[in-house]
Amino acid sequence: MAELLAEAEGITVRFGGLVAVNDASVPVPEGCIVGLIGPNGAGKTTLFATIAGFQKPNAGSIRFRGADITRLPPHRRAALGIARTFQIVQPFAGLTVRENIAVGAHLRHAGRADALAAAEAVADRVGLAPLLNLPAASLTVAGRKRLELARALATEPQLLLLDEVLAGLNPSEIRDMIPVIRAIRDGGVTVLMIEHVMQAVMALAEEIHVLAGGRIIARGGPEQVARDPAVVEAYLGHGAAARLQGGAHA
Amino acid sequence: MLLSSDILIQAVANGLLTGAIYALIALGLTLIYGVLHIINFAHGALLTAALFAAFFADRVLGIDPWISVFALAPAFFALGYLLQRLVVWPASRGEDRAILLVTLGLAVIIENGLLFQFRSDTRTIDHPFGFDVVELGTMLLATTRVVAFFAAIGVAAALFVFLAMTDTGRAIRAVAKERLGAELSGVDVPHIYAVTFGLGTACLAVAACLLLPSYYVTPQVGNAFVLVAFTIVVLGGMGSVPGALAGGLFIGVVESISGLLYGETLGQLGIFLIFILVLLFRPQGLFGAKA
Amino acid sequence: MRDHLAPVLIVLALLAGVPLVVDSNVVLNFLKVALMLALAGTGWNLLGGYGGQFSFGHAVFFGTGAYAVAVLQVRFGINAWAAFGAGIVLGAVLGLAIGWLTFRAGLRGSYFALVTLAFAEVARIIASVWPLTGAGAGILIPLREGFLTLQFGSRAEGYWFVLALLGIAMLIVRAIEVRRFGAQLVAVRENEDAARALGVDVLRVKLLAIALSGGITASAGAFYAQTFLYLDAGLAYGPWISVEALLTAIVGGIGTVWGPLLGALVLQALSELGKHLGGDAPGLGLVLFGAVLILVVRFAPNGIVGLARSLRPRRLARG
Ligand SMILES: Nc1ncnc2c1ncn2[C@@H]1O[C@H](COP(=O)(O)OP(=O)(O)OP(=O)(O)O)[C@@H](O)[C@H]1O
Ligand SMILES: [Mg+2]
Repeated sequence: MAELLAEAEGITVRFGGLVAVNDASVPVPEGCIVGLIGPNGAGKTTLFATIAGFQKPNAGSIRFRGADITRLPPHRRAALGIARTFQIVQPFAGLTVRENIAVGAHLRHAGRADALAAAEAVADRVGLAPLLNLPAASLTVAGRKRLELARALATEPQLLLLDEVLAGLNPSEIRDMIPVIRAIRDGGVTVLMIEHVMQAVMALAEEIHVLAGGRIIARGGPEQVARDPAVVEAYLGHGAAARLQGGAHA
Repeated sequence: MLLSSDILIQAVANGLLTGAIYALIALGLTLIYGVLHIINFAHGALLTAALFAAFFADRVLGIDPWISVFALAPAFFALGYLLQRLVVWPASRGEDRAILLVTLGLAVIIENGLLFQFRSDTRTIDHPFGFDVVELGTMLLATTRVVAFFAAIGVAAALFVFLAMTDTGRAIRAVAKERLGAELSGVDVPHIYAVTFGLGTACLAVAACLLLPSYYVTPQVGNAFVLVAFTIVVLGGMGSVPGALAGGLFIGVVESISGLLYGETLGQLGIFLIFILVLLFRPQGLFGAKA
Repeated sequence: MRDHLAPVLIVLALLAGVPLVVDSNVVLNFLKVALMLALAGTGWNLLGGYGGQFSFGHAVFFGTGAYAVAVLQVRFGINAWAAFGAGIVLGAVLGLAIGWLTFRAGLRGSYFALVTLAFAEVARIIASVWPLTGAGAGILIPLREGFLTLQFGSRAEGYWFVLALLGIAMLIVRAIEVRRFGAQLVAVRENEDAARALGVDVLRVKLLAIALSGGITASAGAFYAQTFLYLDAGLAYGPWISVEALLTAIVGGIGTVWGPLLGALVLQALSELGKHLGGDAPGLGLVLFGAVLILVVRFAPNGIVGLARSLRPRRLARG
């Protein structure tokens, strides 16, 4: 197995009495696409937020290239090479698509012209090139998801955290995005993605972690995870695995 | 410093009397904040307008403020209702920064309109009880202020009951808590917003009528009160009605005692410093839970 | 590469020519005050318009610049130019201090507006009791015309001086607009979390903005003191300048280089109109200001610049 690029270790996050993430560990090998799946409210986004530095964990640590970054603020992590998208998209609504992406590009490019050029190159990669001059506020859901991806990509990350970038897209838009994400990985960026669209995670991820009730309940290759009874139960409720098995026999 | 306990007790009592009026002014502000989530920068100017209205009711029509309050409170309720419905909401489209600016604009218009009309002269009325005092142990308290104290507490209590018991009150609390949910369950949110703004403004009319017998009117007079009211609201926790009451009484006493010790100007300074410190270190208020 | 500065330089050159063709004291005084307000507004606009942090208390910077110039000269015998520079630096330092306290505490929106208002009031009260600032009586800068004392004999010279200050401020803003800092500042205004995720150090960006903003608005205050040679707490730290600073930017076009200048010219004209209609009774001008503020927010949220852009069929470059 490739070397670990990043690792969340024993992360626990509490909101008052609610334990959103409970002693969860997710290792992310370099050069991979790692999937993080789980039912609604499982704690996926919260775990992401701790990796990106938006949420302080109550326990556990985040390592990146071997260094402990648990205490670094988000912008410092971005500078190290960790970029995230937001499940609830957060465009700079008053700016154009080009200006949106350029903010990300400015992380590595001080000059305006450089940053704008980099932004255009990124827009090309994610299929936003025709929309560069539009105000971000005028984009469709699919466009906004692409913009999230483009901005994160423009920071030239080593680790890209994608939080449901396929949610809300129609099947043909999803089919368009899958090669885009694969190309990002092929370009040398490690991807950790939260996704509800199973067929996409199955197609993309080399390794999948399943979070339910804040705990990692299963991990492994896509095939392996899909067959795991604990996973089926987590999604479909107690006893579902047995029922499905029974159904298959009948 | 040597201060006899009598003087100190007297200062505390006076502080409580003023504090009740402060609380009433702060109550209007906090109610509007709690429901509309806006800081109404026109609050002070509206208080000034109410003081002028009460003043002219007394001087021109010969109606005592304690009587005119029964007409002015509904009138200012209507004024607040209409301002929210016709100016603040349409002009700001509900956008936070725009609301700030619109209420600031209203404040500038009202204050300077009064200044233009009435110059910066100081006006007072002669109240029949203006020189009466109530003796309480060793303390001498101005009758008008004692009346104001009980009236202010009474109005605050009435407001509390109104919010807790009536349908409109429940709707207001529902909107304050969860706007979208209230909207989905059929509450007319723009109406509730306007009613709340109206109630907040009506509090000012009552405060003005209670203040006038022992106070004066100038076009800028509202500013001093409203900055104190901001402090109280922040201290008591933005949007909290009991917080405004407790905060009002507290600030009244602090002001009175620090005025006694350091003079009026520095006492005022103390209030602002409290204000800034609370905003910086406990923006959820002294009594509020940490967010 | 210097293209972006050209329009600003051209307009400044045109404005600089005004005293050569116009000889009227009325016109020059009008312009001088308008440029001073535009300068104060340019400071506000950097923080409020580009950075989205609405201050309701920019008087705290204006007054500090003004008092610094007066107090350093009158009480400490410091040269007027040095005092002027010190006033600007003090405004920037005060901006840093206020920013450090408020932004670190996470105050935004209404809370930031409130706390800046409170800082201005604290400054006003202190200035009204402190002997150093002349307390209630105010402070008078002795009249001594001359280049070294920064007191200009002719109206034109004072006008050119404030025009130069405004020019520098506008060029700074224009330069920021086309740099990384400008992009990050606007990103902070639009969405702090998203900016953070893209590596923007939000606190640093805000601090830099409020320091520059404080310095620029302080320079307007310093000019005020040096022109009118008299200050008291209400003039220096009063709410009027807080309101006018934000009004010029909002009326002219928030978050644009030209906004404060255009806004200041319009507002100054309105204020003259107020004086004309209202005679010597004060207040009418400000009533008009308040009305304009609400109308602009309602009908032209991007101010005069926004109106002009929407009238032009072709897309204009930003700024
Ligand atoms: N800031 C917060 N304060 C309080 N509770 C929170 C907060 N953020 C998340 N939660 C709660 O923590 C739990 C986990 O939420 P999270 O958003 O991480 O789930 P998720 O797995 O991303 O779900 P989804 O698939 O719906 O996006 C939920 O119960 C949620 O309500
Ligand atoms: Mg989620």
